[in-house]
Amino acid sequence: MSDNLIEIHDLSFAYGKRLVLKGIDLTARRGQVIAIMGISGGGKTTLLRLIGGSLKPTSGVLKVDGVDMSGLDRDALYQLRRRMGMLFQFGALFTDMSVFDNVAFPLREHTDLPEEMVRDLVLMKLNAVGLRGAHDLMPSELSGGMARRVALARAIALEPSLILYDEPFAGLDPISLGVTGNLIRRLTDTLGVTSIVVTHDIQESLRMVDYVYFVSEGVIAAQGTPDELRASTEPFVHQFVHGEENGPVPFHYPAPPYADELELAA
Amino acid sequence: MNSLLDSLRGIGARVIDSIWRMGVATRFFLMTLLQSGQSFRRFHLVIREIYSAGVLSLIIILVSGLFVGMVLGLQGYETLQTYGSEEALGVLVSLSLVRELGPVVAALLFASRAGSAITAEIGLMKATEQLAAMEMMAVDPVARVVAPRFWGAVISMPILAALFSAMGILGGYLVGVVLIGVDEGAFWSQMQAAVDFREDILNGVLKSVVFGVAVTAIALFEGYDAPPTAEGVSRATTRTVVTSSLAILGLDFILTAFMFRGV
Repeated sequence: MSDNLIEIHDLSFAYGKRLVLKGIDLTARRGQVIAIMGISGGGKTTLLRLIGGSLKPTSGVLKVDGVDMSGLDRDALYQLRRRMGMLFQFGALFTDMSVFDNVAFPLREHTDLPEEMVRDLVLMKLNAVGLRGAHDLMPSELSGGMARRVALARAIALEPSLILYDEPFAGLDPISLGVTGNLIRRLTDTLGVTSIVVTHDIQESLRMVDYVYFVSEGVIAAQGTPDELRASTEPFVHQFVHGEENGPVPFHYPAPPYADELELAA
Repeated sequence: MNSLLDSLRGIGARVIDSIWRMGVATRFFLMTLLQSGQSFRRFHLVIREIYSAGVLSLIIILVSGLFVGMVLGLQGYETLQTYGSEEALGVLVSLSLVRELGPVVAALLFASRAGSAITAEIGLMKATEQLAAMEMMAVDPVARVVAPRFWGAVISMPILAALFSAMGILGGYLVGVVLIGVDEGAFWSQMQAAVDFREDILNGVLKSVVFGVAVTAIALFEGYDAPPTAEGVSRATTRTVVTSSLAILGLDFILTAFMFRGV
């Protein structure tokens, strides 16, 4: 068994003729939390969807747990996905089911476990995210942070070896944000899974991840451990880590000269 | 010249677009049929949908059926008594309902009550990434969400149409016999003699099955195909009601032409 759960080499992806990702190299070792960061629209979520198998690479190699993703048919992909969990941006809980039924859903769909055992497993997963007491609530009764924790319990229901997180911190208050960050770290360590976190929350990420890849304009613009990135003098990383308005990523969307547009030129 | 070319190109693009969409819809429909195995192995999924599409539509179907039958009773009596044949009221009410009004009006009501609900629900499930989440859990949304709704609605439709007709006949009876005073024996016995089980009732049931398939397939496809935005879902819901109403009326003409041409 290879040490790396995810191996990506020279991967490119295009929507039609528009090249979104170019020459991406990325590896994730088992048991690591990896952050994929970058500005909005830079290709982060596309990369996550490629790893999850929702999109197929245009060229290059993408292996998850030793399986080459580009040649998979639907059955093989579904087989692989049973070993993956994914946390969507706003949880994507099934709104017509209770918290309990949401977490039980993958167990009931993929196993023939007796109902008493499903119940025990669901309560264990909910306990791991601190929401055992909320098992009979409906998703509409949960706050944003709680919904995401329930979704996380659902994602770990089948004990996956890989968990993908799409913007897990978006729109959370500081307490929920810290709780979610700690939870990702703790679940990764206790379950021995690999976590890939797509986010632009730099402070929270640098606190809890093992390694960061910056994706900008479709390429890996920078990478390193949190300490390396904090110390980096590279202009893009510096601008991103410190949230500065000006730098390699301009504040202004490309436009003709201001004076010309206001017809001020002599 | 240029504007002429542009408008021609526009028409061409629209035609290609609609043919493309029709192809996608057909493929989606076939996929739904192919993925139906699970719906029958786990029939409780279908029963849930029979409840939400069928049982929850009962009130509107029953009340409308009663009123349509009562209006038929009034209008029919008015016309029939001119010719002194008001005893034939039972025949008029029952044949109009069983052959036409039952299947057609029940299907129109079903499209606006259950069809729109199916489209909105699936559209919103898509917009809130619930379908994508299911895919990521290695559960096929067509098998788990779409197929049970299809069979639930297809099973409900003929039953609802039959109940509509039954309530309509009751409405006709209430107005014709109880209120106006048409002879009760004539009302029922003429009805019994004139309504043929195969020609009238079975054909009516067949119609409602076809309408049920059409309405549900349209509603499911529109929901599944809706752009994942508030506007997209609202447009898809409207399109479901408009398209399925037109489909019902068009199909009704074709089916009637085949079924009753010898009568």
